[in-house]
Amino acid sequence: MEVLILGAGTAGTMAAAGLRKRLPAGNRITVVDTDDRHVYQPGLLLLPFGVYDTGQIVKSRRAVLPRGVDLVTGTVEVVDPEGRTVTLTDGRVLRYDQLVIATGTSPRPDQTPGMADTPGVHEFYTLEGSQALREALAGFSGGKLVVGITEMPIKCPVAPLEFAFLVDAHLRKRGIRDRTQITYVTPLDGAFTKAVCSRELGHLLTERDIVLETDFMLEHIEDGKLVSYDEREIDFDLLVTVPINMGADYIAKSGLGDELNYVPTDKHTLRAEGHDDVWVVGDAGNLPTSKAGSVAHFSMEVFLTNFMDVVAGRAPTASFDGHSNCFIESGDGKALLIDFNYEVEPLPGTYPLPTVGLPLLRESRFNHLGKLAFRYMYWYALLPERKLPIPSAMSMRGKKQPAGH
Amino acid sequence: MPVTTIAEHQVHVDAEGFLTEFDEWDPSLAPTLAKAIGIELTDRHMEVITFLRADYKTQGETATTRRTQAVGGFPIKEQFALFPGKPGKKMAYIAGLPKPKGCV
Repeated sequence: MEVLILGAGTAGTMAAAGLRKRLPAGNRITVVDTDDRHVYQPGLLLLPFGVYDTGQIVKSRRAVLPRGVDLVTGTVEVVDPEGRTVTLTDGRVLRYDQLVIATGTSPRPDQTPGMADTPGVHEFYTLEGSQALREALAGFSGGKLVVGITEMPIKCPVAPLEFAFLVDAHLRKRGIRDRTQITYVTPLDGAFTKAVCSRELGHLLTERDIVLETDFMLEHIEDGKLVSYDEREIDFDLLVTVPINMGADYIAKSGLGDELNYVPTDKHTLRAEGHDDVWVVGDAGNLPTSKAGSVAHFSMEVFLTNFMDVVAGRAPTASFDGHSNCFIESGDGKALLIDFNYEVEPLPGTYPLPTVGLPLLRESRFNHLGKLAFRYMYWYALLPERKLPIPSAMSMRGKKQPAGH
Repeated sequence: MPVTTIAEHQVHVDAEGFLTEFDEWDPSLAPTLAKAIGIELTDRHMEVITFLRADYKTQGETATTRRTQAVGGFPIKEQFALFPGKPGKKMAYIAGLPKPKGCV
């Protein structure tokens, strides 16, 4: 059997490792990606503040893929789901029996007029962007700093909030916070989507004197200002934007995507709708949960079980619950932790157990240490698909439902 | 879910007043729902609402403003003109659909 995995990021690498362990040696596993550079993406948020240097967050994709898996470097042009082939832009054709789509989602500044070419506009979702932002921040001496989301959904939806908290702490440390107005701009009607969480995070913005601008749908950027579809304007000296996120272009070209190039995916089995031999892992699908590495991880066991069921001629037996879990850096060496799934919104309490665990939805130094420790787990346990002592399905143990919910 | 009466129809609504049962909506409810949020309905409004209802039927979720532009052909700028401030939410309210998910 030929298994083809498109994308060697977080989800694609975990899928390759998990399948290599389960499939007998005669089955070939090939992974396709555009380059040989695997970026630890949570590190991109901290890089502008000098927490990491580039060497700590970048490794060779080949080096983190397991033995017995081939890496093909190239860009996918189109998938032919009927003929079961993938054509690359250089003309190579790869045949498959089972296809795993793991090409994630990417920031697309080209989709918003003025975003790619206006001075003072930065982002931290790419290595180059994050490095350039570090320089820009070092040269910033006060003024109007705007952190803005263009459109949901985005990868790691809490990251822009974390950036706002971290930049507030950073500017205080440098003694220029009182010369800086920080504004957080979002198309949502609050700091975050989920009600309990949005309220808690909204408090943190207020405490830090960060202005919250809601329901702002960005239409274009011109010199020093954001302009919305309903003609509101927000001035900036330094803009840290989160561009529209979209799935890969080949998904649209192959007729496999929705209007943002996400593959319609069965949210429980992780199979592409209408294509029994196409699977979707990580951010590439349209699952109604966060686009985040934790989701890729928590869903991996379900994907692997179902994949093995299907190649053995059975119906898929495992069902994904949408479990997601994120650390939220709040500055000054502290962080919050949230844990939720398709049905249950982030709640206060402790994780993973009622008495032994990290505080949920509350600032703590332990959560920050957890976030820092996670980089090692990522490289040495998560990517190689080693068993972690945390269950994949979300648990209500340790969670408390606030009054009135 | 509480039951309320809108334009002489008994309907189920959630805490924010969004209809919760797809089949309890019919076009005669739209002007009353619109008026409740300060909108005077025109034919153009109804074209958008009709698209949202049809799209929900096939997709099982409320179209976002982007989808309403990309698939329905109603530019986002026009959606803001027709349903000022929060078009996604207002369109869904009038169409008797859940709030669009937008973000998770």
